[in-house]
Amino acid sequence: METRWEAVIGLEVHVQLRTRSKLFCACANACGGEPNTRTCPVCLGYPGTLPTLNDGAVKAALALGLALGARINSVSGFDRKQYFYPDLPKGYQITQARVPFAEGGWLEIPGDPSARGSDAPIRAGLVRAHLEEDAGKSFHEGPWTLVDLNRAGVPLVEVVGAPDLRSPLEASEWFKTLHQLVTYLGICDGNLEEGSLRCDANLSLRPAGAETFGTRVEIKNLNSFRFLRQALDFEIQRQSALLSAGGTVVQETRGWDEKAGETRPQRTKEAAMDYRFFPEPDLPPLVIDAEELEAARAALPELPAARAARYRAAAGLGADEAATLLQSRAFADFYDAVAEGSGHPKAAAHWMLGEVSRLLNQRGTDLDGLGLKAGDLALLVRRVAEGTVAHGSAKEALLPALLAGEGGVDDLIAAKGLAQVSDPGAVGRAVAEVLAAHPQQTAALKAGQTKLRGFLVGQVLKAGQGRLSPAAVNEALDALLAEGRDG
Amino acid sequence: MVNECFNGLREGLDAGDLSSEVLTRQSLEIMAQRDADLGALATRLEETSLACARKADRRLRQGERTPVLGLPFLLKDNLALAGASLGHGSRIGPIKPPFTATVVLRLMEAGAVPVAQTRMDEFAMGSSGEHCASGPTRNPWSPDRVPGGSSSGSAAGLAAGYAAFALGSDTGGSARLPAAFCGLSALRPTYGTLSRKGLSAMASSLDQIGLMARSARDLASILSVVAGSDSGDATSTCLPRQDRLRNLHVMDLKGLRVGLPREALGDGLAPEVRRLMETAVALLASEGAVPVEVSLPHSRFAVDTYFLLNTSEVSSNLARFDGVRFGTRVPAADLQDTLARTRDEGFGPEVKRRILLGAFCLSKGFYEAFHLKALQARTLVAQDFQHAFQQVDLILMPASPAPAFPLGSRLEDPRAMHLTDLHTVPQALAGLPALVLPAGLAKGLPVGLQFVGPAFSEVALLEAGHAFQRLTSHHRCAPPLPA
Repeated sequence: METRWEAVIGLEVHVQLRTRSKLFCACANACGGEPNTRTCPVCLGYPGTLPTLNDGAVKAALALGLALGARINSVSGFDRKQYFYPDLPKGYQITQARVPFAEGGWLEIPGDPSARGSDAPIRAGLVRAHLEEDAGKSFHEGPWTLVDLNRAGVPLVEVVGAPDLRSPLEASEWFKTLHQLVTYLGICDGNLEEGSLRCDANLSLRPAGAETFGTRVEIKNLNSFRFLRQALDFEIQRQSALLSAGGTVVQETRGWDEKAGETRPQRTKEAAMDYRFFPEPDLPPLVIDAEELEAARAALPELPAARAARYRAAAGLGADEAATLLQSRAFADFYDAVAEGSGHPKAAAHWMLGEVSRLLNQRGTDLDGLGLKAGDLALLVRRVAEGTVAHGSAKEALLPALLAGEGGVDDLIAAKGLAQVSDPGAVGRAVAEVLAAHPQQTAALKAGQTKLRGFLVGQVLKAGQGRLSPAAVNEALDALLAEGRDG
Repeated sequence: MVNECFNGLREGLDAGDLSSEVLTRQSLEIMAQRDADLGALATRLEETSLACARKADRRLRQGERTPVLGLPFLLKDNLALAGASLGHGSRIGPIKPPFTATVVLRLMEAGAVPVAQTRMDEFAMGSSGEHCASGPTRNPWSPDRVPGGSSSGSAAGLAAGYAAFALGSDTGGSARLPAAFCGLSALRPTYGTLSRKGLSAMASSLDQIGLMARSARDLASILSVVAGSDSGDATSTCLPRQDRLRNLHVMDLKGLRVGLPREALGDGLAPEVRRLMETAVALLASEGAVPVEVSLPHSRFAVDTYFLLNTSEVSSNLARFDGVRFGTRVPAADLQDTLARTRDEGFGPEVKRRILLGAFCLSKGFYEAFHLKALQARTLVAQDFQHAFQQVDLILMPASPAPAFPLGSRLEDPRAMHLTDLHTVPQALAGLPALVLPAGLAKGLPVGLQFVGPAFSEVALLEAGHAFQRLTSHHRCAPPLPA
């Protein structure tokens, strides 16, 4: 019988921290711009310069470590990782090799039913997370190599995942969840194309049910969720064909060629680098005392997983609705403000996911750009729920007027005459007029064709230009129908 | 005049009887006269120095006073001065830092006048001053002998009267040893007391800027200006009681417990050095100090420990001289060859030896056996001092087992050269302050003794040194003028 191979996958992701300055100097940490303009003697590696640790980067790293449920080491240290390359000005990278700032932790993702037989959530572990500086960029042009050191010294956190993933789908879910977390925390801009998150995947195969690991292949630089899945799919095919044919997998580093749609060897284990690590003498140990740790914990926002659970429990939302509200921290924060301000969390969610999202897409902007105040939307939701203004008027007239800055919610309702009419006399007259205008349908309804009720109510609401209270209309209709029966 | 202690110069400058410009011109003149023979200088800073001197004179006239205002000084060719080339005693090519070393900056802000950059063993590796791409420096006391290294030019130049004081660097004795060989006073402060920003790193965990002058009191004046933490060096820190450096007290030696390490004063010491150490101890005892024998049992491992750590850090710190940004590129077929040829042609033999040894010590499979063991041994060396300082207030030991040796005599024997640092590396490993003072002449050559104190005991060390120099005149001896 043919062997069934199980994939064992672990990811390593470099998260570029969105700090104001670089990790060890005061140069701006930003994207774009003329080459070599965001540099100083420190990140250019001038002899006589020394690194000074950026406290903001430590805070961002701590937030990530805590959000991942990792153990924060009270004392960690920096080391030098040494190799020669033109975009590495000092000849070494400052990283945390021996003791990282965080160890352990996990990310919860849905299991892949095809690999596990169930989509029950799994906790895929983390080995460690460490702080390090980025290198510059090399551009090869003909016989020349051009070096841009704007990126040299930009702070990174490398998150090393445990080999707990069992399929390309799980791998991409894990990467997506990490991506959501770091953007949600506001410590990374999440721009995959510009390399703000860079993913390497480690993959080995073993016969299903085996306990030991097979030979590991590392695939470098998988900078999109799709490439990650494609590269892993390809590599699983390649390795399983090799193994099933009695061959062996070579431990090596491979790269993903997106045009060819295949992985290609880059470096074998024999040629593996010896980085000659040793403790960085220019930096004192990184000490995180209890007070600092507590402050970091206190500063941590409610995390996406907890928030989704809250939305489902408190607002009665579905998993997809909760996830969509959590598309960004700003969006979720805005929703929370509307939910709380209106006192109607479910209705608030429907406005956010419906009309607000539609407007954002239509205008291609974010909440800041839309210019809607959470307080205004909250009041609008409340007025609709109270029956002060009809849903239709709120959507068609009130919301556009709010966006145009024409005034406050209550003022606009008054000024535009949007207040819903629920006075029994007025509503009764409107219903009577519609019934009179549609004698056949009225008769049919009376005869028991209840589906015509919707048609008639609709006609009344339309005639009332959306200002009549649907509840009042239904009441009036019941009353008139009952009158008719009695008579 | 420029070859006097500060107090005379200070009185003259502060009273207006003397000007910084006169002193600086004198300094430039002596250098012009003598340096062809002595070989202490890398680069004269003629324009810079005269501009600084005139500025100092203006400040003096306006009534401003600082301990170093108007005083000419020498700086080693590995200390950054914005706009000036740094050669590091190497052939690999100079760099031009766009910033000034913090210590140099503090001196210049206090009005001191940099007059020249001085020769050094290449990248501060060497104990004789002979490993310098522009040629060896001679000892002003005896031209066929070495001045000691690696701050060879600073020591020889200062001893020859080029300036009022000098800056060197001291990784394992590079300021103290040449000071001892040239009859000067020198201080290696506690690790962290002086910012390393602007000092081209050799071995970062050991490097400290070293101060050289003609007396402990002068050293205190300089230290009062340059000590203290710096945001540009995360390992720098404040010096306690720094305010006591400006008007240095003479320590009352009565009851001072002076530790005499058995290991440093036993076999292997040149008889004339031993005699001068005994004389110094007897003098201190006559003033009421109490000699106490102490032991530093792990100091016999200090030189080997030092070279394991030193070479490892050297291999790392010098990686940036690869011809990409730093070092003159020697173009070759590909990147690998370009890096290799640049480094092969640029570095001298001692630098290459240390880079190779260091890269080996750090390589996979050897790190634990060498670097890690050396880190452990370093702790033991430091603990020896801690134990000793439970019994004594300071330790007295020779700066070197013997006085200056003849030029060329140790060049072929790296081990013998490294052992020159026998008595200066233990303090460096322990990060402790050490003060070198002239202890007298042996056959016409200066011999230095060292006071070693607990971490951050600079004030006490200098007060003790000042007391010693009130009782002796060795520090007032200048080398004979050339015929």
